[in-house]
Amino acid sequence: MQSFLDSLIANGWFAGVPVDVVYAGGMLVFGLIVLLGFILNVAGVTTFIERRVWARMQSRVGPNRVGPQGILQWLADGVKLVMKEDVIPTHADQRLFRAAPYLVIMGFVASFVVVPFADRLVIAEMNIGLLYITTVTSLVAVGILMAGWASNNKWSLIGGIRAAAQIVSYEIPAGLALMPIVLMTGSMNMQDIIRQQSWAPWDWFIFANPFAFVAFFMFFTAALAEGNRTPFDLPEAESELVSGFVTEYSGVRYLVFFMVEWGNLYVIGAILTTCFLGGWNIPPVTDNAVLQTVLQFVTFFVKSYFWAIVAMWIRATLPRVRVDQLMAICWKYLVPVAFLNMFLAAIWVALFPYGNRAMSVLMTLGGAFILVTFFRRVAFHLRRSRTREHGQFSLNPIV
Amino acid sequence: MGLSGFEVEIQRENTGLETEEMTLNMGPQHPSTHGVLRFVIKADGEVMRSTVADVGYLHRSIEKISEKVGFHGFMPYTDRVDYVAAMFCNQGWGMVCEKIAGIEVPKRGEYCRIIAAELNRLSSHLLSVGTMVLDIGAITPFFHAFREREKINDLLEELCGARLTYNYMRIGGVAWDLPPGFVDRVTEFLNYFEPCIDEFHDLVTGNVIWINRLANVAAVPPAQAINYNLVGPNLRASGVKYDVRRDEPYSVYPELEFEVPIGSGQVGTIGDCFDRYIVRMEELKESIRILRQCFLQIPEGPVIAKVPRKFKPPAGDGYVRVESARGDMGWYCVTDGSEFPYRVHVRTGSFSAMSIIDAISPGLMLADLVAVIASLDIVAPEVDR
Repeated sequence: MQSFLDSLIANGWFAGVPVDVVYAGGMLVFGLIVLLGFILNVAGVTTFIERRVWARMQSRVGPNRVGPQGILQWLADGVKLVMKEDVIPTHADQRLFRAAPYLVIMGFVASFVVVPFADRLVIAEMNIGLLYITTVTSLVAVGILMAGWASNNKWSLIGGIRAAAQIVSYEIPAGLALMPIVLMTGSMNMQDIIRQQSWAPWDWFIFANPFAFVAFFMFFTAALAEGNRTPFDLPEAESELVSGFVTEYSGVRYLVFFMVEWGNLYVIGAILTTCFLGGWNIPPVTDNAVLQTVLQFVTFFVKSYFWAIVAMWIRATLPRVRVDQLMAICWKYLVPVAFLNMFLAAIWVALFPYGNRAMSVLMTLGGAFILVTFFRRVAFHLRRSRTREHGQFSLNPIV
Repeated sequence: MGLSGFEVEIQRENTGLETEEMTLNMGPQHPSTHGVLRFVIKADGEVMRSTVADVGYLHRSIEKISEKVGFHGFMPYTDRVDYVAAMFCNQGWGMVCEKIAGIEVPKRGEYCRIIAAELNRLSSHLLSVGTMVLDIGAITPFFHAFREREKINDLLEELCGARLTYNYMRIGGVAWDLPPGFVDRVTEFLNYFEPCIDEFHDLVTGNVIWINRLANVAAVPPAQAINYNLVGPNLRASGVKYDVRRDEPYSVYPELEFEVPIGSGQVGTIGDCFDRYIVRMEELKESIRILRQCFLQIPEGPVIAKVPRKFKPPAGDGYVRVESARGDMGWYCVTDGSEFPYRVHVRTGSFSAMSIIDAISPGLMLADLVAVIASLDIVAPEVDR
């Protein structure tokens, strides 16, 4: 982004304007483009995709009426929610109640400042990118706590308190799980981390050493908990707390909460892709800068979105843990393991400052083996259930 | 894993930190109360101190209605006593009238009743475990359970024209014989359904989160279960081997072979939520077994005895017990020799299950209460009638 603005300035655009102002303006414009053109759409489409993915898993059809195969369902839902009356309970704390969704969405959208899309496509290349992203996502906890408190509803309050406790706790293992990467790269800049990897899986940090591999899964678990996803969706546990902290919300404010929840899936995937899965790196196939950027964007998006789909899969599969079990998982297992993992990773980095090629190749093979075994198992179960579904009792999920 | 709610409570008392108790209203409209139930919870944070069940939101005076509509006319109303397992209510009402009037049901009629009732038990238990999984937070198994339940509903619709409130039985037998080909279709369904139970086990039972949520939660020891008058699967989960079908047999159950599964505390304590779940899963298999035997043994003949349209049983009273999907369901009827019952009373399993919640819930967490309600399989209309 900065290089693009530099080239514009060099070509005589913005003559007489201070450089800082040009940078700030450029970031604002690009940020707005990202917000309207990317975040809103991704969050919206994710709601649709999640519903369809669930439907497939639950032998139902899912939304299929609005547009071809229901692809426009999210627009219809959005319009419906926007047109709905925005009810604020009489005894709610008016100001906090109104402000809470904005805090939540601020924390979420602000994380996109450092989330890269391609080599040249990023709003701001910050040298504290990872630290920044773990920091701004904490704003979500404040917003949710405010929403829970201001609703003046006991279920909302419990949901808000649960959310605050949960997000604050799980930030620790999530942050610690990213530390091995920082140790390995010596940088917190998201673009730098990506540039030190390559398109090939054996250059990805997930396979660089066993500790990064462990950190990958720990971060995914902790991030699911931070994003209030099943099996850690206690703040809005619909069977216990009605709807948790969103119980009293309606209309646009409700929409905002859910946009954040679904958009967050992409952010989790983006961090995973950046730190562990090679980011936007593509094989050297073309010299055309535009084509390169497009390919990088697509690569990054597909890798990130894959983890959103995995999160949907998990949500459709697992039950919910209890609140004391949730805390036990965090403080008794994740945090100590994360510390130990970071310590061992530091030793590894001290032993092999430039990585160990034999280990990464070995781990890549191991990873491939795990994946193949996993999908063979899935295929086996699919075959078994399909043969039985035949005949009178078959049910076609696509209608 | 972790401190149980009770330990948290003790810890708090030892540290001397006083916190204010919060009164929570769970219901009458709440997603996991399965109907209009209300619990007044005194909670200290997430830990419950007391849970008082408030019943009566779904009271429809069904027992009083019987005194105005007569014996035959009351049959459709019995469906509404427990609309998840309506066949058993039908059967209970039929049996109590037959007992007072001394009517003998033809053999084929009895078998038709058992086939319908056991199919209904399958669908009721599927609803029970399905919603239980949903309450614990997993979404998919619920749909799997309901997918099979739909097929049972289709079969029952074929049998009696209704999917939920069947009104299939009559005083003296059943309304219609099995439709042609029904036995084959049910057998085909059972062949399909049996592996589905294993699939459900694969999907749910072994799950670590599932076991952690249910094991050792709200364990009811056998003595307490008897004292609080738990019945049916809830009682058997506590290790008491009592089943009306086996111990006070009615209809043609003596001619059928089946096991009575009891809870063994295989992952925790005897009588915990997991046992109540697993007993229902085992009963699904036993019901399938009963159905298969019925199809082999069902004789030819009439399905309904001759009962006058103007049914006037002699003055007297009668009490019958039916093993409903939710356990021992008692039907008591007093007659005065007229066309209308003098008084009818229904004793249901859910009502007594409501009373034990207050006894077992202190010290549990809010999320556990949901598991307890679901595992006790409380159906709101059955509580209030």
